[in-house]
Amino acid sequence: MIDDDLRDLYQEVILDHGKNPRNFRHPADASHEALGNNPLCGDRLTVYLRLDEDRNIRDAAFEGKGCAISIASASMMTDMVKGRPLAEAQALFERFHRMCTEDDDGGIADGFEDELEKLKVMSGVRQFPMRVKCATLAWHTMNAAAEGEDAATTE
Amino acid sequence: MTNVVNLTEPVGADAFDVEAVRRDFPALSLEVNGKPLVFLDSAASAQKPRAVIDAMTRAYESQYANVHRGTYHLSQVATENYEIARAKVARFMNAESPDEIVFTHSATASINLVAHSFGSMLEAGDEIIVSVMEHHANIVPWQLLRDRMGIEIKVAPVDDAGNFLIGEFEKLLGPRTKLVAVTHVSNVLGTVTPVKEVVRLAHDNGTPVLFDGAQGIVHEGVDVQDLDCDFYVWTGHKLYGPTGIGVLWGKPEWLEKMPPFEGGGDMISLVTFEKTTYREPPARFEAGTPPIVEAVGLGAAIDYVTAVGLDNISAHEKELLDYAMLRLADTEGLRIIGRAQQKAGIVSFEFGDVHAHDVATIIDSAGVAVRAGHHCAQPLMERFGVTSTSRASFGMYTTRAEVDALAEALEKVREIFG
Repeated sequence: MIDDDLRDLYQEVILDHGKNPRNFRHPADASHEALGNNPLCGDRLTVYLRLDEDRNIRDAAFEGKGCAISIASASMMTDMVKGRPLAEAQALFERFHRMCTEDDDGGIADGFEDELEKLKVMSGVRQFPMRVKCATLAWHTMNAAAEGEDAATTE
Repeated sequence: MTNVVNLTEPVGADAFDVEAVRRDFPALSLEVNGKPLVFLDSAASAQKPRAVIDAMTRAYESQYANVHRGTYHLSQVATENYEIARAKVARFMNAESPDEIVFTHSATASINLVAHSFGSMLEAGDEIIVSVMEHHANIVPWQLLRDRMGIEIKVAPVDDAGNFLIGEFEKLLGPRTKLVAVTHVSNVLGTVTPVKEVVRLAHDNGTPVLFDGAQGIVHEGVDVQDLDCDFYVWTGHKLYGPTGIGVLWGKPEWLEKMPPFEGGGDMISLVTFEKTTYREPPARFEAGTPPIVEAVGLGAAIDYVTAVGLDNISAHEKELLDYAMLRLADTEGLRIIGRAQQKAGIVSFEFGDVHAHDVATIIDSAGVAVRAGHHCAQPLMERFGVTSTSRASFGMYTTRAEVDALAEALEKVREIFG
């Protein structure tokens, strides 16, 4: 028997993204990249971005090793930020981070309703504080890549 | 399968009653997520028996003052208790004298002490041998020394089963080898290093040997006179004692030669602004107020372990290990990493292609606590081509039923990940 919190954490969408991650590649024309490291577990992800001169994300991809949560999160993130202005992607991360740590159901009207509805599948980590870093590693790494830092860590 | 594991009755089985032992550990009656706690992470830190908790409470309530300072009654009592603990440690390791026991804050601190103090007597180009199995605590202090002094670090390998390759180790010994620093028991593979062989070969080469005994003293015990190594370090909290206290045992001829590491009170004999003289070991290496109550707690842990019997504990863990290796080998998709011939009660494994963190989270919901990650041994992880593993480790209180609980909880992982 699987309890509800676990079912929330490992929803089908997450298992699917974890097993078949989207954008799992190294784009030759990436303009920015950073290595994300979770020193707690040794998980590592490299996030690649191609930004145009107006700081729009033309392409987003990643490679690396990690748990189902961190891989699924990277997969969903790269899908979601592609085609957006970087600033918007970063604002979305702020909301997503709140969703993972606070009791924020995404109901605030700020234009991200659809995105947060999709990202809601990750909010199961709230019941597993040790796993919040898994869900946010890719996003931290995207920030580091955009800011021109070589590496991000969840610490 | 049970017919196989019943073949070996543990030594002293009459005297050893795991259920009686369990009743001495308050934490073992906890529930986690509504399930009885199945604690399989003793290699990270062991639970504490009531005797340790009580001894520390008593020390704080009625025997507490700073040590080696006051002339008043309470300080004398505290000093006596602190020194009694040192004597217990000496006896437990069969050291010749309590003066060979330096109290530190952890096994890590003990290694850093040797790396700084003994290390300061080395020269650029000198070599140190570690093994690929080392915990980061027995890698990074030597790398810092390398960066300070220009020494070289050589790495002794293991085979694919995790056996320490003594022949390969021997080849690394040379005229510039100034120290061998290897683990007694691997915290990931459970491999027991052939320590006597290591000492014999190193000493034939004129090289002193340090063992990281953080796991070794718990699962195997140590007799430093018989082993004849030069340094042996370990920590209290893995031996059912408190955190915040570690041990450095060193042969007197080394400790006497070694300069102080940290400076401060308690380690000096006379201080002027022009010149300070230092006390003899072990005081020379114990600057500042030491972990007084932690030492008392460690003494109580040693008493407890001794009363249960290290041989009994060791036999019990070996029997559990045999059982676990069979029981888990039966679990579809499970790959055990570390099948050395000499192995202590530590089982690292991969489960299908499910990440160790996911495994640990899911089985935690069944009350089963295992460690997931790189176990502070990333070079070893790399050696075995993994980034992380799940690790179940056993203590004197672990039962077969708990191994079964682990195997059953893993079914839940399969249910979720398919």
